[in-house]
Amino acid sequence: MTILKFILIPIIIIALFSIIGMFLVYMERKVCAFMQIRIGPNRVGKFGMLQTVADTLKLVLKENFSPKYIDKFLYNLAPLLAIIIPFVLTIPIAYSKSWQIWDINIGVLFITAFSSLSVISILIAGWASNNKYSMIGALRSGAQIISYELSGGLAILTIVMFSQSLKISEIIASQANGWWIIKGHIPVIVSFCIYMITITAECNRAPFDLTEAESELTAGFHTEYSGMKFALFFLAEYLNIFILSALGVILYLGGWQPFHLPNLLEFNNIMDFIPAPIWFFFKVFLIIFIIMWFRWTFPRLRIDQLLKLEWHFLLPLSLLNLIFGFILIMLNFIVK
Amino acid sequence: MTPQAILFCILAIIAIVAAIMVIIQKNPIKSILWLLVVFFALSAIYFSLNAQFLAIINLIVYAGAIMVLFLFVLMLINFKSLETIQKKYRFVFYAVVIVCGVLTLLMLLINQTQSLQKVSILNDSNNVGLIENLGKTLYLDYGVPFELTSILFLTAIIGAVLLSKIKKIEI
Repeated sequence: MTILKFILIPIIIIALFSIIGMFLVYMERKVCAFMQIRIGPNRVGKFGMLQTVADTLKLVLKENFSPKYIDKFLYNLAPLLAIIIPFVLTIPIAYSKSWQIWDINIGVLFITAFSSLSVISILIAGWASNNKYSMIGALRSGAQIISYELSGGLAILTIVMFSQSLKISEIIASQANGWWIIKGHIPVIVSFCIYMITITAECNRAPFDLTEAESELTAGFHTEYSGMKFALFFLAEYLNIFILSALGVILYLGGWQPFHLPNLLEFNNIMDFIPAPIWFFFKVFLIIFIIMWFRWTFPRLRIDQLLKLEWHFLLPLSLLNLIFGFILIMLNFIVK
Repeated sequence: MTPQAILFCILAIIAIVAAIMVIIQKNPIKSILWLLVVFFALSAIYFSLNAQFLAIINLIVYAGAIMVLFLFVLMLINFKSLETIQKKYRFVFYAVVIVCGVLTLLMLLINQTQSLQKVSILNDSNNVGLIENLGKTLYLDYGVPFELTSILFLTAIIGAVLLSKIKKIEI
């Protein structure tokens, strides 16, 4: 039985992630088209659904060109490291009540720890490809991810303080009588906003995509990558967005639990009828849609503006928010 | 040997080999990356001892933050000038003697101390390393030393900030 688990779970996860990756690329293009009043991909398959499949095929068949004066081993290692991280991150994520690989008792810390390691693959890629643009992009990304981790961690800490647990299943269980974003008052709303900003920054997405700012750095840290190696970086970015949005859903939107309104039994029963994984994925894609919305709405920040936003605004705000939340708990304002 | 002991042996060998690679690599970036492997192996050992919190904190603090800062400094330094430094074998003999002496001393001390021999982490540690017990021990039993350590860290941080500020004023 355990051997079967060891074989089955990786296959399911790989299948799930490749589908999610392809779907997110398609979704990005469709959302972008919607924002810019265009149609978007519409040729391959119904509504252009198979566009990403065709693109992936093209990427697989492309020549894997690598430049001459690179560090061969590290250059090839970096995309693999980048793609491993989302697979590790999925371990404590609860897709429904029983769909969880390992309910480790510090699940939230586990995700923050491993998501911060994605910067190492970016730094390796930037250094190994022996290119000034890659190097500058990698260093920018390092500065960005390290600084935004701080306020992201503090935002998560607010929820940990309210639910009094680091275990994913207990955090979800603490929201059985109402999601934190609804019953948590001001501190949770502030921390949700901070969390959204930090996950956008940690995934290197616009308006924080200084690592690959096309107009200044060609393509940033993956300038020298082509074919499937580039595709792995691309896929890793989207999978990181998915995992961090899933963590956001678990922390603020009640995980896999259905939406309930107090004193409306019939409405709640109808909501209960929808299976938990569908609720989970619906909420995750809602958050991903908001992140894509950011990308096509805000202009890109300069590097000094980006660091100022973190150190002069977000970090003090999240510290104050933590203290405010603590006072509310002490005054018995927030019911677990 | 129990499976846990075999796992420990494998992880320990990985850690030691990676630590040796840190020293013998010529390229500073590569030796830093080997150090990363050491931290990962140590974290895996903590995990196998059910000290999950320690393992994750080891990853966040060392592999995440400090490692990236190391990489930063090395990437910003032009270390082509470092490579031209001639190898000096003068101190190798003294270094070997000192390290071996300290190691033997440590081994003798550990052999003699009875309280260390009795502690067997592998057997009765189902929830020693879990965050709740760790927090209780740190804040209830060792509250004062813990707070003193945090003040020490704060002093170091303020000192670093002050150092950078003083230089700016002088320039």
